[in-house]
Amino acid sequence: MKKELRVDPTACSGHGLCAELLPELITLDEWGYPIVAREPVPRSLDRHVRRAVTDCPTLALRLLPAS
Amino acid sequence: MTYGTTVPYSASSPGPRGSQRVSPGPAGTGPAGTGPAGGDLPRLLPVHGAVPVDLHTHVSRYAAPPYFGHPGQLIPVLKAAGLTGRGGAAFPVYRKLQAVAEARTRPVVIGNGAEGEPASDKDKSLLWISPHLVLDGLQLAAEAVGSQAVALYVHRNARLQERLRAAVAERAAAGIDRAPVEIIDAPPRFLAGEESALASRISGQPAMPRFKPPRVFERGVVGRPTLVHNVETLAHMALIARYGPAWFRAVGTPGEPGSMLCTLHPADGRRDVVETALGTPLRELLRLDGTQAVLSGGYHGAWVPAADAARMTLSNEDLQPAGAFVGAGVLVALPATRCGIAETARVARYLALESAGQCGPCFNGLPRIAAALDEVASPRPDPRAVTDMIRWAGLVEGRGACHHPDGTTRFVRSALHVFREEIRNHSAGRCVDPAREPFLPLPADTALAAADWS
Ligand SMILES: Cc1cc2nc3c(=O)[nH]c(=O)nc-3n(C[C@H](O)[C@H](O)[C@H](O)COP(=O)(O)O)c2cc1C
Ligand code: SF4
Ligand code: SF4
Repeated sequence: MKKELRVDPTACSGHGLCAELLPELITLDEWGYPIVAREPVPRSLDRHVRRAVTDCPTLALRLLPAS
Repeated sequence: MTYGTTVPYSASSPGPRGSQRVSPGPAGTGPAGTGPAGGDLPRLLPVHGAVPVDLHTHVSRYAAPPYFGHPGQLIPVLKAAGLTGRGGAAFPVYRKLQAVAEARTRPVVIGNGAEGEPASDKDKSLLWISPHLVLDGLQLAAEAVGSQAVALYVHRNARLQERLRAAVAERAAAGIDRAPVEIIDAPPRFLAGEESALASRISGQPAMPRFKPPRVFERGVVGRPTLVHNVETLAHMALIARYGPAWFRAVGTPGEPGSMLCTLHPADGRRDVVETALGTPLRELLRLDGTQAVLSGGYHGAWVPAADAARMTLSNEDLQPAGAFVGAGVLVALPATRCGIAETARVARYLALESAGQCGPCFNGLPRIAAALDEVASPRPDPRAVTDMIRWAGLVEGRGACHHPDGTTRFVRSALHVFREEIRNHSAGRCVDPAREPFLPLPADTALAAADWS
């Protein structure tokens, strides 16, 4: 099943670690909060995505079924 | 036909008249026999003014709620009726019931009477005047999804809650209810009625939204599947269960059947609750002469120029192409003598303060958007304010745990478009209404309430 990366904005503290780990899918807005690409995660990035999900200090990143 | 009613919370006056009708269809297929003529309005509010309906009057008028005897039975009836939620999103009711009925855990059923929108009175009025229709609907919804855990979540108003507790006690004593009903206090916040905030509050936490998924119908109150319906939706259910889908469809349009409650704010400053058929021309609901624009859908809705509104009916079919929607039935006619930008700026500031402040983009963006709109409302504003605002709007949309940022930017963006002439005036140092007496209603104590979520 295709997956999509989402951020739970109530959990995210905006330190921006995810944008460093996964610049292909995540950029930061002018306040330092992540903007996550709304697209199915390409298979080639699977490992990086999982890494970002587990490394987010507030566990705010979610891998969900693509909408 | 539309009927006004006395609203216990605001000035009252008779409502406007007129509605478009489609001819009644074949006899109802619901469990009960034929009811009153389907084309007659009002359905939810008593015909004669605002005398609240007690249990005796209610039962002699409608009979006891027609329990079906099994879960699930009401669902195809609601599907055939085409009832959609009256809390704002107009989502088909049967689909949510179906999802909750199919859940493996015992669900919770909540009637949503939070009515956090400051310009809306319809839910408080309905609960005050026709509480037993709402309570019937709650019981029937609970039966349909197989629930014994039922509550009514009600705007913080001691008189109203006291009356509802008495109504619930009276029904229990009369053996009318199958599931006990709890009355739960909703904090007076704009977001209190958002369904995940509601679920959080009823689970004993602050009334703040959370990230979805899981949706509330999957995991809501104390983690159980939760059916949340607006109290007006429940009242329609109570009547559809009695009189059937064809009766329900006897007013409204084929695509948007039935009637709905609206809170009208005509340009003369009155405030009325009326029940009207969907598809009623807006100009029959609000006199549009002397009006520059109509706000439809409340403070998460959109402005529509009065000349366009004059050609539209109360329907998403007409309103959505103009960027607006029916929502929970708030309609405001802004007089030509008022400044639409200043009015929108005042409400945007309120909406920014009502942010739960949990999500970075909402917390950072909404106050900046409100401040920029204040700038645009002032004489000779900084020309960067509008471009900043549009950039910030793009940065908050779709990035909150709830739709508060999206609703706020819809409202603000529509003002930038509809009142563009007024923006040009401000650039030249003029304003149509330099006195700036407030028109759009806001709660008096917004700033003080900012920290209180429970
Ligand atoms: C910010 C926000 C505030 C809301 N406030 C209310 C409310 O006060 N009352 C209400 O019935 N629905 C409110 N809703 C909609 C609810 O989340 C939910 O969709 C609704 O209660 C479902 O009932 P319905 O299907 O009968 O419309 C709100 C939604 C949002 C995004
Ligand atoms: S790493 Fe986590 S907390 Fe930090 S910005 Fe990314 S999502 Fe937010
Ligand atoms: S989007 Fe805004 S209002 Fe909604 S939960 Fe997040 S901070 Fe609160």
